[in-house]
Amino acid sequence: MNNLIVSASPHIRSKANTTVIMRDVIIALMPTLIAAIFIFGWRSLLVVGVCVAFAVLGEWGFEKLCKRDVTIGDLSAVVTGILLGFSLPVGIPLWQAAFGSIVAIVVVKQLFGGIGKNFANPAVTARIVMFIAFAGSMTTWQMPDAVSTATPLVALKYGTGELPEILDLLIGNRAGCIGETSIIALVIGGIYLMIRKVITWHVPVTYLATVFVLTAILGKEPVYQLLSGAVVLAAIFMATDYTTTPQTKKGKFIYGLGCGMITVLIRVWGNYPEGVSFAILLMNILTPHINTLTRSKPLGGVKA
Amino acid sequence: MSFLKLRGAHVPHRKNTADCKAERMPVPKTVTIPVVMHIGAPAKPVVKPGMTVKVGQMVAEAGGFVSAPIFTGVSGKVKKIDDVLISNGQYVPAVVIESDGLQEVYEEIQKPNVTNMQEFVDAVRASGIVGLGGAGFPTSVKLSVKDLSQLEVLIVNGAECEPYITSDTRTMLDDAEAVIDGIRLVMKYLNIKKTIIGIENNKPQCVKKLRELAGSNSGIEVRSLPAMYPQGGEKVLIYNTTGKIVPEGGLPLNVGAIVMNCTTLAAISHYMETGMPLIEKCVTVDGSAVNTPKNVIAPIGTPVGDLFEFCGGFKTTPAKVLYGGPMMGIALPDLNCPVLKNTNAVLAFDEKDAQQPEETSCICCAKCIDTCPLKLMPAAIESAYKNNDMELLEKLKVNLCMECGCCSFICPARRHLVQTNKLAKAKLRNYQNAKKAAEEKKKEAVK
Repeated sequence: MNNLIVSASPHIRSKANTTVIMRDVIIALMPTLIAAIFIFGWRSLLVVGVCVAFAVLGEWGFEKLCKRDVTIGDLSAVVTGILLGFSLPVGIPLWQAAFGSIVAIVVVKQLFGGIGKNFANPAVTARIVMFIAFAGSMTTWQMPDAVSTATPLVALKYGTGELPEILDLLIGNRAGCIGETSIIALVIGGIYLMIRKVITWHVPVTYLATVFVLTAILGKEPVYQLLSGAVVLAAIFMATDYTTTPQTKKGKFIYGLGCGMITVLIRVWGNYPEGVSFAILLMNILTPHINTLTRSKPLGGVKA
Repeated sequence: MSFLKLRGAHVPHRKNTADCKAERMPVPKTVTIPVVMHIGAPAKPVVKPGMTVKVGQMVAEAGGFVSAPIFTGVSGKVKKIDDVLISNGQYVPAVVIESDGLQEVYEEIQKPNVTNMQEFVDAVRASGIVGLGGAGFPTSVKLSVKDLSQLEVLIVNGAECEPYITSDTRTMLDDAEAVIDGIRLVMKYLNIKKTIIGIENNKPQCVKKLRELAGSNSGIEVRSLPAMYPQGGEKVLIYNTTGKIVPEGGLPLNVGAIVMNCTTLAAISHYMETGMPLIEKCVTVDGSAVNTPKNVIAPIGTPVGDLFEFCGGFKTTPAKVLYGGPMMGIALPDLNCPVLKNTNAVLAFDEKDAQQPEETSCICCAKCIDTCPLKLMPAAIESAYKNNDMELLEKLKVNLCMECGCCSFICPARRHLVQTNKLAKAKLRNYQNAKKAAEEKKKEAVK
């Protein structure tokens, strides 16, 4: 007798599944990780490693506890771990990094239903929680030579300290979070993601252009504004998170524009030197509404 | 071109049989000819068990205006009229003929006498030809254009965008004269001045051949189009060749176009030449379970199992067998299913290729939106369907979906998006019909 499988079309699928996409993001983050090790030393690898370990462990533990399918194989928890690690200062106590990871995975991601269901970016939200909970250690910056100092953004905002050379900013030779400093490494990763069609240019370019243009109009050193905060890391790797960003091209433009405007607003008039995390979180909250307002118009469709 | 081409998916080509000239297979022992091989009313059997039939003889007459007669490609004896399962899940009558191997030609076959449009359309109706690209829409109905002044362009579909399938490729190469002749006939009788033949650029040999034959100043232009699935979708092809958008609920005629498959045109030419109706079909036989992939000319009604046997049988036990390509093809329950008028390929896959990947959570990557040629939002449709939100389904225009499968193909979470679209279309249709009925009832109550 025949035992043929009868299933609905299509009978072939593209190669890129969720795991392949997440693996690509991890690959894209590697140049920045390597740069961070060179700039801030091996402790940066340790911080990122702890974040990844606790993110994966948190996901596994929570899913076991809730008797859900374990999804650590899709590697998205690894991505969250790396991104959280990248947005911490290198001197952060490891238990705080671990705590941040658990917040990101369990509170922000799993409690809302896991991958694809969270409304806020786990790494960004966890960073904000840590920023408020551990205000001291989250704002203690080290220069690459382990001397405590202010970040260039602080220097920009309050006019204290010296601004680094542009070349140092591009390489990442400045105080700041582990993964935010090396602009060159970040851009390499971003280009890789665009070539692999994991992300499109719309959000990063709109976001960065908005920051540049607005700070230029306000006379706030646009080049330094672009190169010296977390905005490049955020624009390429955080504001392009699938789940928490709009789906249509039009929506992506609005999102990038909004992120850029809020970032500049906080940097120029707010209480904090950096506003990237808050900008993304606020735009995350608006994302469902942007999605509803920017539905694509079907070809030939008559208005219903 | 000045306008942007529509989006789609880069599917693998796998045109393994592109260089395999079509081979005629030996006459099958039995053929099973279902009365439904086209869109429209089922044909009505005109033969009875025990009757002797000859090649080209009618076995079922058209069951209405939108219908087509059906002919036998073998000579022999009608064994029975049996109910068979067809791909839409219905059981329909099928004429089962035991062939005598003599292949005697029916005496009444004669070249049709055609001098004007009406006679041309009538001849096409008598030929049993339906859209051979896969849709199976009766060609005579398509040609019955009421107002010829609307008609500006004949678009010939030679895209053949589905992976594996090369039967149209072979028609365009081996039967190029017939394709061009068919085009000229349609242009002449429907008074069309311009023809665009759309061919994907992975078939440069077809572009070259048809360009040579068409010549210049013939009004026939051959256009090489990007190899992007679903280039051969009707609305996609119209847009990518003329830049015109067929409106919702409209026909190609609304934008002055008529779209015909290249093999359909070749079949029309052959019928006008010989009077032999549509009785056989060139079918691509391929897939990972097949020993020697080939293009095979088989009488309509031949069990697909016979085709695989003719191609050296199976390398490994087939786990999935399809009518058509892997993007839109229909999985068959067994190897006795017959070759139909609109069958352009039968594919057999081994265990590995037959498996469906497991569904995981949607990650909101929007790849389905970016790849949909009609700019639908499959992920949003899926959630609207699951939430039973009919108004949203209406707004999202799921009714426009042509079920090409790009969304499911591209989805990294392996969601069954196009399948849900199909279900959502049916659900929406029922909802709209019920709404209409309720409104009418209300109106009557007011009276």
